[in-house]
Amino acid sequence: MLELAAHILDIAENSVRAGASLVEITVMEDEEKNLFSIEISDDGSGMTEEEIKKAFDPFYTTKKVRRVGLGIPLLSDAAQRAGGNLSLDSIKGKGTDLKVTFQLNHIDRQPLGDIISTLIILIAGNCDVDFLFKYSKNNRIFKMDTRDIRKEIDDIPMNHPEILKYIRGVLEEGINEIKSVDFI
Amino acid sequence: MAKLTIDDLKKIKAKVHKEMSLRDGDRRVKITVHMGTCGIASGAKEVMDTLLQEIETAGVSDVVVTTSGCMGLCSREPLVTVEVLNQEPIKYEYMNPNKMRQVFKKHVLEGEIQTPFVLAKGSEIIK
Repeated sequence: MLELAAHILDIAENSVRAGASLVEITVMEDEEKNLFSIEISDDGSGMTEEEIKKAFDPFYTTKKVRRVGLGIPLLSDAAQRAGGNLSLDSIKGKGTDLKVTFQLNHIDRQPLGDIISTLIILIAGNCDVDFLFKYSKNNRIFKMDTRDIRKEIDDIPMNHPEILKYIRGVLEEGINEIKSVDFI
Repeated sequence: MAKLTIDDLKKIKAKVHKEMSLRDGDRRVKITVHMGTCGIASGAKEVMDTLLQEIETAGVSDVVVTTSGCMGLCSREPLVTVEVLNQEPIKYEYMNPNKMRQVFKKHVLEGEIQTPFVLAKGSEIIK
């Protein structure tokens, strides 16, 4: 995993597999506090205390097809390498909240990467799940909620190429506007 | 460039509705990109990106794309399954954007299975 956008895709796919109907992804950049944070929360099946502890173990997985589960360990490692950490909160039956922090200017912090394609892939691949994406830099915030789009398009599936093109356009505009001062 | 608004979305909706009424919106092909940690780490994101671009460029509406988790063959990722209606699914291994383009053009659009990239035929059985 070379960029944080890939980690976000990986973690959000976990949320989808946990049966979430809404996945919230928040990316925050704060130059004053020298902080870069990502929060992914869902209303999926959640985990018990025991499962939360085990999730950090690369040799723990709920899947039967293989014996390793690297998603969370990899992200946790990426955070620790960049002076941050990963915290996991969950209530069984309610959902999971994952928060990961990094030092914004740390030399080992991975770049955010192509976050737009991460979101498009999530939306295209899971058209029954809603995504709320928030991106903030210093005090400016951009928000995109697929529920707003879903309301408008009635019977057209979320993964129709024209709709995806529209969403990509909205994301590009919003993110570029916020990032316009400089790049990450 | 003018900002995209909900009105633009309404226009798209009208346009898509018009196109839908012209032909049956039946799904002819289903393509699954396996998006486990292993898939993502070995480039499934770029493969899926390419696939979505190709679909948009080709302007086809009978191809549906979806993602799935890991199926236990992490060393052969990125894996892509192409399922043409009434045919057995074909699993492609070690995919990359170029192979994806070829598979999309030859297999999905023209029905010609790209044997050199094929891992297996049929569905996986997860116990």
